[in-house]
This record gives sequence, C-alpha cells and structure tokens, in this order.
Amino acid sequence: MTLVLQAVVNGLEMGLVYALVAVGLAIIWGLMEMINFAHGELLMLGMFGAWWFSTTLHLDPLLAIPPVALVMFGVGRLIYTLLMRRVQRGETFAQIFATIGLFFFLQNSAVAAFTSDYRFVEGGLLSRLSGINLHLAGLSVGLPLLIAGALALVLFLALYLLVERTEFGLALQATSEDREAAMLVGIRPQRMFAVAWGLGAALVAVAGAILANFFAAYPQVGFPFTVLAYAIVALGGFGSILGTLLAALLVGVVQSVTVVYLPPAFKDAFVFASYLLIGLLRPQGLFGKF
Amino acid sequence: MAPAAEAPLLEARELHVAYGAGVRALQGVSVRVAPGEVVALVGANGAGKTTLLKTLAGLLTPVAGEVWFDGRRIDDVPAPDRPRLGMALVPEGRRLFSRLTVAENLALGAFTNADPAHRRRMLERVWELFPVLSARAGQRAGTLSGGEGQMLAIARALMLRPRFLMLDEPSLGIMPRLVDAILDVLRRLHREERLAIFLVEQNVPAALDLADRGYVLQTGRIVLEAPSRDLLASDLVRKAYLGL
Ligand SMILES: Nc1ncnc2c1ncn2[C@@H]1O[C@H](COP(=O)(O)OP(=O)(O)OP(=O)(O)O)[C@@H](O)[C@H]1O
Ligand SMILES: [Mg+2]
Repeated sequence: MTLVLQAVVNGLEMGLVYALVAVGLAIIWGLMEMINFAHGELLMLGMFGAWWFSTTLHLDPLLAIPPVALVMFGVGRLIYTLLMRRVQRGETFAQIFATIGLFFFLQNSAVAAFTSDYRFVEGGLLSRLSGINLHLAGLSVGLPLLIAGALALVLFLALYLLVERTEFGLALQATSEDREAAMLVGIRPQRMFAVAWGLGAALVAVAGAILANFFAAYPQVGFPFTVLAYAIVALGGFGSILGTLLAALLVGVVQSVTVVYLPPAFKDAFVFASYLLIGLLRPQGLFGKF
Repeated sequence: MAPAAEAPLLEARELHVAYGAGVRALQGVSVRVAPGEVVALVGANGAGKTTLLKTLAGLLTPVAGEVWFDGRRIDDVPAPDRPRLGMALVPEGRRLFSRLTVAENLALGAFTNADPAHRRRMLERVWELFPVLSARAGQRAGTLSGGEGQMLAIARALMLRPRFLMLDEPSLGIMPRLVDAILDVLRRLHREERLAIFLVEQNVPAALDLADRGYVLQTGRIVLEAPSRDLLASDLVRKAYLGL
C-alpha cells in the first residue's frame, strides 16, 4: 500500500513538470487551434540552453530559466511570423507539414551545433540536492523533483492568470473563437497568434531547462515529449488551462503507478490506453470548455 | 434637409467586391452617410448587404473602388485599426464571444481604449441603455437569449463611443417587442449623441421609419436611393419588400 502511495506522490511530482511541458501546447493547439509537431524540439532547445549555461558560463542551470524564456519567446514569435502565418489559413495539412519541417530543421540544427552526444547538466543546485528526501507519514519525497514541481506550478499558475484573468488573455480567447469579431473590436489576430506562439515556446523551453536537471539532453530527446503533450492536452480538454494541469498530474500518476506492477516499458502504454478510453467516453476531454 | 450637401462622414465610391474568381457580390456600389444621419439599406437575400458592411469595416478587400471616412481614404487601414477611427459594425448573427461573460465582452469592446474613466462612462451608458444586460453581467454570452445577445452585440460596438454605427439585421430571430426596444435605443443614440447609423434590416417599414434616407440594393447594384418617405411610397419597395 505504501508502495502505491509512494508511487502516487512520485507521479504527482513528475506530473507537475509534465504540466509545464504540455501547457505551451495547450495555448498553441488547445486554445489557438494550431498544430505544432516541433513542440518537443522547442523543449530540446531549452534543455541545451540550460546545458550550455551551466557548462560554458558555469552558472546554475536553474538560472538559465529567465534567458531561455526570453530567447524562446522571440523564437516562438519568429516561427509564427516567418512560417505558421503563411500556412494558417489553408488546410490543416499545411500546418502539419510545416511543423514537421520545423521538427527536422531544429533537430538537425541541434546535431550540427551540439552533435548527437548525450549531455548532462552537472553541478547545479538540483544535482547537489539529489538523494535528499523529505519524509512525511512514511512517504519520502525527493527534494530536487519537489523544487522542480513547485517551480512548474508557479509558472503554470502565472499562465493561468494571464489567460483567464487579464484582458490580454480574454483577447486571446476571443481571437481563437472568432477572428473577425475580434478584429471588429480592434484586436489584431496576427499579433495574438504571434504572442501565443511566443508564450508556448517559452513555456515548453523552460520545462526543458528544468528537465535538463533530470534527463540527458540530446537532439532527438524531444519527440516523446511531443506525443505526451498532445495526449495531455487532449485528455485535459481544449481551451482548459487547469484541465491541462489535472491531466498532466493524472498522466504522471498513471505512469508511476504502472511501473510498480509492470515492467517500465508498459508505462506509456497505460498512459495512452487511458487517453484512448477517455477519448471514447468523453471526446471533449475531461475538463474541456468546447 | 440636404444631407448630400454636407461633407459625408462615410462614403463608398464604386465598390467592386468578389468572392474568389466567380461570385461578384458588389458591382460598383456607391453610398454616403452624413454625420448624424440615419440611412437604411434594404435588399433581398443575397443582394450583397452583408458584403457591403463587411467591406466598409475592412473585413473584405474590394477589387476596385474607394472607402472614405471622415475625410480620409481608409482602404488601406486594416480592419482592427478601424474601430479607433470611430466606426463600428454590429455583425450579422451577433458574433459574440460566447465563452466569455457579458462584462468581458464589453471590456473587449473597449479593447483599444484602456482609460478607466472612459470605460466607466461607457459601461454606465450601456447599462442605462440596456438595463437587462447589467443584471446579466457575470453570465456567459453564449447563454443569453436572442434578444439579450443582440443587445450585447450593440453594446459591445458602442464601447468605443463610435460616431458611425453599422448594424447588419439586428432584428433577425428576435421577438417583435424586443425589436422595438432595440430600435428605440438606436433612435435615442441618434438623437442624444448624434450617432450616424447605417442600418441593414429585413423589417423595411421599421427601418425606413427610423431612417432619414434609404438605398435599395439588388444583386450587387444600388437601384434606388431616396428619402425614406419616398421609398415607402415607391412601387419597387411596395411590391418587393412590403408585399403590397
Ligand atoms: N464567403 C462567401 N463565399 C462566396 N460567396 C459568398 C460568400 N459570402 C457571400 N457570398 C455571396 O455573395 C452574395 C452576397 O451575399 P451577402 O451575404 O452580402 O448578401 P446579403 O444581402 O447580406 O443577404 P442576406 O439578406 O441573406 O443576409 C450572395 O450571392 C452570396 O451567395
Ligand atoms: Mg446578410
């Protein structure tokens, strides 16, 4: 029993970081309804950002978060204005192909810049704390993952407030519902889409910078995260930022509880099985608004 | 009254608008609306009324022709920049932000003017014009009744205090009592704020009762323009739109 509870706790911690991985996609795909198959590659760039920061500048990889967020916000905007804006009005296929192209471009650029070697972030606060556990009611909580989870939660809530409670967020929602009506009140849809892409890229790259403390960075690291993010956003429901958080926690827990009973290879199978099940029973997602 | 002599607030000159290569929806349409004037636009289904209003609002780009507003040519002004000039469109089918609340829809109506004093003034004015909306401030726009939704669509368009308001069939799908209430509000805005109104309306007698002047649009061309009284008496309007 404790074993299961322990797995649930671990899963919740991991789920918080997954939430940050998924929330960038929750904006681009869930809210603005645009496809991005290079989502995981933006995460990969964030990982390399943290790695470069810690090895070249000898600073804590966590300090890479603000610059990574800033640079990747610009990269996201650029991806929209240079690429996605041109394929936005056409078939969804155009968006799929454009972002698959982006996927190869980013991955191969990373190979050219960093080679395909596995890179490990070392010497940061989180790695120095590794092995330290907090004990509570017979359960132990790894301190590094707890810090990472808390960081993810804070960023997540900031985004939630931005989208749900500010007028800028209302304008994003209005644009996603009805571009023409948005223009009639003076909202510039292209600006909204560009900022949405900037936010999406920044958030997933920050998730990457955090994850770099736990996983090796290499150019092909991204794709599994893309798949995971799509599953979480669809599970949580379109247009629902908090739904994304809950779905991410669920995925984290399902993964880690599965591992208690079955070989690790099954953990993703169970995540996608529950995704398929919910897709059948509740196609709008668990908490979807539309 | 001689509105043609006064410099027009809005003027469209020889507008040609097409959808794709095939459908030529407007074929040389010219209209003008003077400051503070109420003008009706009537025409059968598919005549091009919505096309004309969308073109004036900048949502459609004309193939040829010019749009002037307040002495300035605005063809090149993108749609989102036009509300700030003082023009607003209440679109066909209301087009509310259905997942947002009534209050949030109104806030977005003033998106380009964040001045709190302006916002407060406009909200007070809108609550006064449409008291039912104030009782529904926290309700999602998608759950409003047809009449309430239309009121919100108009209220949202008023939030920047336009001088020129276009309305595309505001009475569509609304019970007659509410249609009267909405037309009364338009009459008040015209009288109290000298708001110029360009009104597309199926209910031709009601529209011409409110308007000083009217145009009849048929398959993309203006076929008649006259003061409302004369239009009501004309054979074309009596036969085609009043069923007499
Ligand atoms: N998006 C579109 N694509 C192609 N043709 C269109 C489009 N919108 C309108 N049309 C065509 O343009 C013409 C004018 O349409 P418009 O909607 O302006 O008419 P309307 O006078 O507003 O009609 P209604 O009274 O039914 O609202 C019609 O023949 C219509 O079929
Ligand atoms: Mg129409």
